[in-house]
Amino acid sequence: MSYVTKSPWLIHYDGSSCNGCDIEVLACLTPMYDVERFGIINTGNPKHADIFLITGAINEQNKAVVKQIYEQMPEPKVVIAVGICATSGGIFKECYNIMGGTDTVIPVDVYVPGCAARPEAIIDGVVKGLGVLAKKKEAMEKGLPIDTAKGKEKEEA
Amino acid sequence: MNMTIIISVIAYIILAPIVGGLLAGIDRKISARMQGRVGPSILQPFYDMFKLMEKEAITVNKAQDFYVGCFLFFIIVTGGFFFAGLDLLLVIFTLTLASVFLIVAAFSSNSPYAQIGAERELLQMMAYEPMVLITAAGLYLVTGSFNISDIINPENGMAIKFLPGIFLGFVFILTIKFRKSPFDLSMSHHGHQELVKGLTTEFAGKTMALIEIAHWYENIFLLGIVFLFIANGTVWGAVAAVVVCLVTYFIEILIDNSYARMKWQIAINSSWIVAITLGFINMLVIYFSKFVL
Repeated sequence: MSYVTKSPWLIHYDGSSCNGCDIEVLACLTPMYDVERFGIINTGNPKHADIFLITGAINEQNKAVVKQIYEQMPEPKVVIAVGICATSGGIFKECYNIMGGTDTVIPVDVYVPGCAARPEAIIDGVVKGLGVLAKKKEAMEKGLPIDTAKGKEKEEA
Repeated sequence: MNMTIIISVIAYIILAPIVGGLLAGIDRKISARMQGRVGPSILQPFYDMFKLMEKEAITVNKAQDFYVGCFLFFIIVTGGFFFAGLDLLLVIFTLTLASVFLIVAAFSSNSPYAQIGAERELLQMMAYEPMVLITAAGLYLVTGSFNISDIINPENGMAIKFLPGIFLGFVFILTIKFRKSPFDLSMSHHGHQELVKGLTTEFAGKTMALIEIAHWYENIFLLGIVFLFIANGTVWGAVAAVVVCLVTYFIEILIDNSYARMKWQIAINSSWIVAITLGFINMLVIYFSKFVL
């Protein structure tokens, strides 16, 4: 059994969200939902994180930031796009400065659509992400290349 | 005699991380309950540690891992000296050496967050060192020895009877050493706070796991000093001392959850004021009472 599923630490980054999803992400930490009971901690540090929660569409200015955060995270790692903007660009898709969803910059493992995504949906998405994390850990142990979910069947929460 | 020393040192090396990890787990559970949450499993710190061990090794430079390794090694040596009953001053300076290795490790990463964290750790050391030295000096005044095996002696009775001020002062600086609010300036246990993660920002995977283990060792050793104040060499004294250690730890959790973080100026000023008022006056009283009695 892999311990990575028992203590997923996550980093949250706001792409260009309206803050709706961000507030819902923070709501997961409140006594109402309390994700810490699953060992989930919201770290502010990519080097300690296992799960990259990203809200909002990616714009031209922050795509380098998102890439850097992703690259600083040690393997195995999982990217979860929270909210419809992070999934596909949402209502901002046609804007001149918007690249689109998170997957235009980094490979995404789990999509959590919604506007705003509800805390229950976010927790569900993170739990789905744990499955992916366990698979990546297995691949790491076997010495296989860690699949970055590109061109693979996407999971949807 | 030699046999008991070897047994107690081995027991420390094996049991301290287990007990320290459990205490950390209980700490998180109690903190969660204080905040009206369910909280993680008591074994959560162990899950975290094993997970960190499994992660990909990312280090900024090779020197960093060496320094962190030295930090863990000297923390274990500190506790080893302590539980072997050696000189208290030697123990305190070995602990300082260990802390210096952690600070050098953080500085070597060249990350601004880690460097500010390291600077704050230096300031914290400045804040707590006087009180730690007064603790050693106070125990010497009462028992006439710096040797831990002589301090715990049925003839001396409980040191806390003569050192109530020094005990309170030591509990005050324990807040800094346990890295609890309001003095968790350099590195906080709670995620997503200022300075990213302070001192430990650039440590990932195994390196971070080593720091966690070192922290458990350190906590047990620090509670050992609290133990020194109460223990008098008898069984019931030892039981009372363990109870006082647990109560002290609970009070630290309570303080952690009821205070916001303060500025480093307040940390230094308040701990030096405590060291001077509680610690120094306590020593003066003992010193002059020797002439009177």
